[in-house]
Amino acid sequence: MSADGNLPGSVEAHVDLRGIGKSFGGTRVLHGIDLTIARGSVHGLVGENGAGKSSLSKIIAGLYTADEGELLVDGRPMSFRSPREALAAGIATIAQELALVPSLTVAQNVFLGSEPASAGFLHGRALRRRYAELSERTGFELPGDAVVGTLRTADQQKVEILRALARGASLIIMDEPTAALSRQDAARLHEIVRSLAASGVTVVLISHFLSEVLQLCDTVTILRDGRLVRTARAAAETEASLIEGMLGRTLTSVFPPKPPLPPDAPVVLEVRELRAPGVDGVSFRLHAGEILGLAGLVGAGRTEIAQAIFGAARRSGQVSVAGRALRRASIPQALASGVFLVPESRKEQGLVLQRSVRENVTLANLRGLAPGGWVRTGRERREAAQLLGEVTVQGDDRRPVAALSGGNQQKVLFARAMQRARRVLIADEPTRGVDVGSRRAIYELLTAQAAKGLGIIVISSDAEEVLGLAHRVLVIRGGRVSAELHDDRMTEENVLVAAFAEALGEEA
Amino acid sequence: MTTALSRIRWRSIAILIPFLVLFAVLAIGSRPFLNPVNLLNILDQQSATLMIAAAGTLVLVGGGIDLSVGATYALSGVVSAQLAIAFGIVPGIIGGLAVGTIVGAINGVVSTLLRINALIATLAMSFIVSGVSSVVTGGNLIVLTNRPDFAAIAQTPFLGVRTSIWVMLVVVVVLGVLLARTTVGRYLYAAGGNAEAARLAGIRVAGVRILAFTLSGAAAGLGGIMDTSRVLSAQASAGTALTFTVLAGIVVGGTSILGGEGAIWRTVVGVLFIALIGNGFNLLGVNALFQQITLGVILLLAVGIDAWTRVLRR
Repeated sequence: MSADGNLPGSVEAHVDLRGIGKSFGGTRVLHGIDLTIARGSVHGLVGENGAGKSSLSKIIAGLYTADEGELLVDGRPMSFRSPREALAAGIATIAQELALVPSLTVAQNVFLGSEPASAGFLHGRALRRRYAELSERTGFELPGDAVVGTLRTADQQKVEILRALARGASLIIMDEPTAALSRQDAARLHEIVRSLAASGVTVVLISHFLSEVLQLCDTVTILRDGRLVRTARAAAETEASLIEGMLGRTLTSVFPPKPPLPPDAPVVLEVRELRAPGVDGVSFRLHAGEILGLAGLVGAGRTEIAQAIFGAARRSGQVSVAGRALRRASIPQALASGVFLVPESRKEQGLVLQRSVRENVTLANLRGLAPGGWVRTGRERREAAQLLGEVTVQGDDRRPVAALSGGNQQKVLFARAMQRARRVLIADEPTRGVDVGSRRAIYELLTAQAAKGLGIIVISSDAEEVLGLAHRVLVIRGGRVSAELHDDRMTEENVLVAAFAEALGEEA
Repeated sequence: MTTALSRIRWRSIAILIPFLVLFAVLAIGSRPFLNPVNLLNILDQQSATLMIAAAGTLVLVGGGIDLSVGATYALSGVVSAQLAIAFGIVPGIIGGLAVGTIVGAINGVVSTLLRINALIATLAMSFIVSGVSSVVTGGNLIVLTNRPDFAAIAQTPFLGVRTSIWVMLVVVVVLGVLLARTTVGRYLYAAGGNAEAARLAGIRVAGVRILAFTLSGAAAGLGGIMDTSRVLSAQASAGTALTFTVLAGIVVGGTSILGGEGAIWRTVVGVLFIALIGNGFNLLGVNALFQQITLGVILLLAVGIDAWTRVLRR
């Protein structure tokens, strides 16, 4: 409780954790956590994946029960056995994956399960009236009759928040709320968080984006290996101090040095007038050993460009790899020519979650291990072990890949990429939902592959990441290249201007 | 981490425990049960179900489902019987197999390339195939009394065991190896576990699914020929319950109805478990009425245990 010295004196405790401990099957995930969350504050929880942030928030939200210690809400000891009981005490969670019914309207979703009805018949008018009241009380402007599936993600999150408020939530836990959002939408969500706090709602924010935590939070708690490192006022922290606390060491430099790019490096990928759903005439060249960044907003067409090059979507225009044209859009053909895509969403598009780590590593090149269709298990085992060693994933590779942390799952996809000699590696949002330590490891993998002579395309919504890794940046807007940035023109400001502004597009 | 591993192992052998318990109870409770004649009879009767269920496991693992196997089994039976009567045994066998394979291939193409949900596609196919069978037979029972040599297909003893059992063993082992040790098997697990991930890994998802459906149809065709040879008669209405017995066996064996998980040896244990219940009820003289009720309860338990362990795993 030494951290209390840092907290403002005149706060009213909303939630008090005293000596909270939790184990799963013999593994201790939380050790004696003492934490006070002040009413009406925005309280950040930061730490690497596996540090215990999620476990801690799930105990507060009633999803898990603590093995030891006390949980006090408004000074009263509580023992939640389910999220429903926690909600009754005013605690709600907005999870990473939204739990909305896309075909229903905003108002219907907000009051789902508590619709005004008599004898099973719904009262449409009462529903609209209650929604209007709620929206006025909270100041959220969102049309009640809009169908949720048509809204952008940030607005869908608003619906979730409204739902929590409609049920009388006074403490809202947000788990990585901006991970899937563009910068614009993230800014909107930040407004929402601020207005929630201003109206007296307590917000617990879990986020990997440290700048966001510092901007939004009043207080930050750092967790490492299930222990509380410290709780401090956000104003007293910097990104560096947070990272140091999370890692227990200083991170010298986030990005590894860019490998030198020889001026006569051959072109490994040439794209001319590429058109596909969401892509409107994109042309560029990628050289061996070059890291090319694709920046821009979510929905700008970056992922669509990657998918079209990889043959995962219908396309027109020319794609050639090492001088040879890929005529059809076909994934097997793209793979055979040496193109590999690490997709945007590793759980939906990358991994077969219930299968083993080993099988997930070898999936894209199983034929190489199976002459005549017969899988040589010995060779597979050795090859997987070697690749997993290279990407630094430890442990038994017969475990289901679902058991790994986000960072390690991403490394498994890189191991798959490295299973064969490739020419072009496309990494779409390679560090989304990945902890700080693994992030650095993934950056090193990417630069190491470039140093070996692969052409790398890195797609990221994090402008800093693109700028830190790439030799050259293409900013994508509306399915087109809106700017090409080199050398000293590669600044965050230029990226943002090109990503947002209307056709500034002199292509440098 | 070790808990995840041990849980997987436990899940995959879970079906063995009730099977062995039931086997022991029957062995103790009924003298004739352990008689080799009784055990071989069970295998003989179950040979068609086992083959079809083994192939059906491939379909389920790959993320599909085949509700047309019963109808296909019947069609293959009547076609092979008619051809055998008209042209001889070899055309009969070829015709029956061809019919099954074609139906399976159509199922595969319709449910993948034409994007019709496999449940509906194969249900519709089962009506179509049943109708065709009725046309072929004119609604009559086809009796092969004038072709007693047709019985040789399934009933020839070899090393003291009938050919029906030998054929079943070969089919089950080949399919088991296909699923467990080949690229096709691996691709089926990937296609059923996460079709998009499989596609982006360069796997032709539709291709492996069509193959699984085709094998399922072919197995139903072979099963139809075998059973026609065992009883020397065929009719269009045969196999109405078979589809569900096959599915029950696969699911009781622990293969997930959601795809991506399962194994053929477990399906074999599941089918035999259900068969043992039937056999046991007969031997112990329990009213056969309770047999179906018991089967229903066991099926619910099998699926329930699967679902509950999934919840607990989180």
